[in-house]
Amino acid sequence: MMASANAVTIYLDGLSLLGPGMHDWASAAACLLGQAPYQPAPVTLAAPAILPATERRRVGAAVKLSMAVGLAAVEAAGSHAANLPNVFSSTGGDCDNCHNLLEVLASGERLISPTRFHNSVHNAPAGYWGIATGCTEASTSLAAYDATFAAGLLETVTQAHSAGKSCLLVAFDTAYPEPLFSFRPIPYSMGVGMVLSPQRSAASVAELRIGISQEPATVMADAQLEELRQRIPCARSLPLLQRLAGGQPGRVVLDYLDGCRLAIEVAA
Amino acid sequence: MQALRLSAYTLTSAVGAGLASHLDAMRRQRGGIVRKRWETVDFDVCVGEVDGVDDVALPPELAAYDCRNNRLAQLGLAQDGFIASVQQAVARYGAGRVGVFLGSSTSGILSSEVAYRQRDPATGALPADHHYRETHNAYSVADFVRHFFALSGPAVVVSTACSSSAKVFGSAQRMIAADLIDAAIVGGVDTLCLTTIYGFSSLQLVSSNPCRPFDGERDGISVGEGAAFALLERGDEAQDGDILLTGVGESSDAYHMSSPHPEGLGARAAMQQALQQAGLAAADIDYINLHGTATPSNDAAEGAAVLALFGDATPCSSTKGHTGHTLGAAGGIEALICALALQHGVMPGGVGTQTLDARLPCNYLLQTAERPLRHVLSNSFGFGGSNCSLVFSRVGA
Repeated sequence: MMASANAVTIYLDGLSLLGPGMHDWASAAACLLGQAPYQPAPVTLAAPAILPATERRRVGAAVKLSMAVGLAAVEAAGSHAANLPNVFSSTGGDCDNCHNLLEVLASGERLISPTRFHNSVHNAPAGYWGIATGCTEASTSLAAYDATFAAGLLETVTQAHSAGKSCLLVAFDTAYPEPLFSFRPIPYSMGVGMVLSPQRSAASVAELRIGISQEPATVMADAQLEELRQRIPCARSLPLLQRLAGGQPGRVVLDYLDGCRLAIEVAA
Repeated sequence: MQALRLSAYTLTSAVGAGLASHLDAMRRQRGGIVRKRWETVDFDVCVGEVDGVDDVALPPELAAYDCRNNRLAQLGLAQDGFIASVQQAVARYGAGRVGVFLGSSTSGILSSEVAYRQRDPATGALPADHHYRETHNAYSVADFVRHFFALSGPAVVVSTACSSSAKVFGSAQRMIAADLIDAAIVGGVDTLCLTTIYGFSSLQLVSSNPCRPFDGERDGISVGEGAAFALLERGDEAQDGDILLTGVGESSDAYHMSSPHPEGLGARAAMQQALQQAGLAAADIDYINLHGTATPSNDAAEGAAVLALFGDATPCSSTKGHTGHTLGAAGGIEALICALALQHGVMPGGVGTQTLDARLPCNYLLQTAERPLRHVLSNSFGFGGSNCSLVFSRVGA
């Protein structure tokens, strides 16, 4: 079966993954291929050393996570963060910070912290990324609920073609605490980074032909990985990551929106 | 850049619902900012509130989406024959070939703000009938609009603070250029909420009076709300008088989370890139709709960037004195004010500005001027150092 007639070709130059029980791409790849036992456990996140000390104190899990996967993807591509237009895709951004603001606004005092307020914008991780890396290129932060990964991938691919240069995708999700957790039960934080180029180069590790399709999404055979795929928007990428880990050409369909999915032909 | 035609557009803000009320407000320099006690805010605040939002009823099948933001979205969609224009595009291209690209900064968060006041005293739980997904969550308004038109193509919410609904024009342009879609509903919707009123107040960025962009005595923003929608299609069959999106420029300050680069370097880069994409020189721009929020530092940075790139002759003004700062909707609203300016040859004089800041010697219009316009530029800059400039042009002008 063919992908959409109108497919866009893009080259993957760098890839990173940080998720439950997946500390880096190499260990995650082994789990995705069934070569190592998969045991989900919360991600441990370090404060990003490249942020100035004044900013480092102010950042939460969303910035730590997005910066870690962004830097790892740029490093894997042998690229320079300052040169890459970027897309930050996340369903809820910094969910801890949002919860804290809502609690304060529901209290009698309503004395909200100015830092928490400016950290509440969805593009706060992208803003800190720019401050840390000195990148003055275009940066887009977006959301599409469970479709957020595919939406971010499409934005990055079309941006790379329009700009005629490599772009960085940082897809990440964090979890709300209660009471919003009950309404949006994301079990773990997770992030995926990709450097995507419109041209093949020595850095290219795979060619992706991406089109819109109505076919059902590819699922994960492993029950635990499939649960992640269904419960974390960013984990909707897992069938593609599994295909990339195997290093074999082939085709996956990623979940996107109702009546609209992404068919991706992976080649060397 | 492959130009796109604005085949339909509409906007709703504190000055009224639809294009006619905005054209009237531009011509007569009529503003919609009022001082009031809004919702449960415990001080008087000057806001640009849209009339009639509370009276909007969503279609029964979309009842879960009911919140202030989606009500304002529907109120906006209902103006100027916009719904029929979208339906014609869907008939022409198919439901899977019309994308939705909307900007919002706070979405329907007011619903969660209210729900957090109604938590179960014993368990802390929110009311069981709270609809997080359809109201508060960042994608809510694009999800609502996609369902409203029964579309099955790409959809997204761009949320880059106050540049959100300018940047969607770029996202849609790139998606059409890649031939993944044929048409796009773009724009933005943001509504008043406690998060922004208390948040900007905590940063001491809210004026105690209706805002005064580029005034020497300016002292902050007035928070507003609004909805802007445009239907974008390929521009190759454009007719005389059509309005085209001809340039998109985007940059990042990489400087500070809530203050612009003092010399407006990021703003300048966005404007330069938009001109370059449009194939225009600075001298070709007839009017600039400034971001012009009326905070001391924002206007100083933008003024410096405009002076550096355009000199002091190009007519410019901010329309935030008319509408208030509609945040995630501002880029879309001001893009479409530019479309109205081109279509009718009207450069809106500022509202609220009394004495121009002598340190910003731009050609800031204190009086509305009417004459034919060919190319105009709209600026939108947001927290996190997110900058976007758009160029619109009138065919045959």
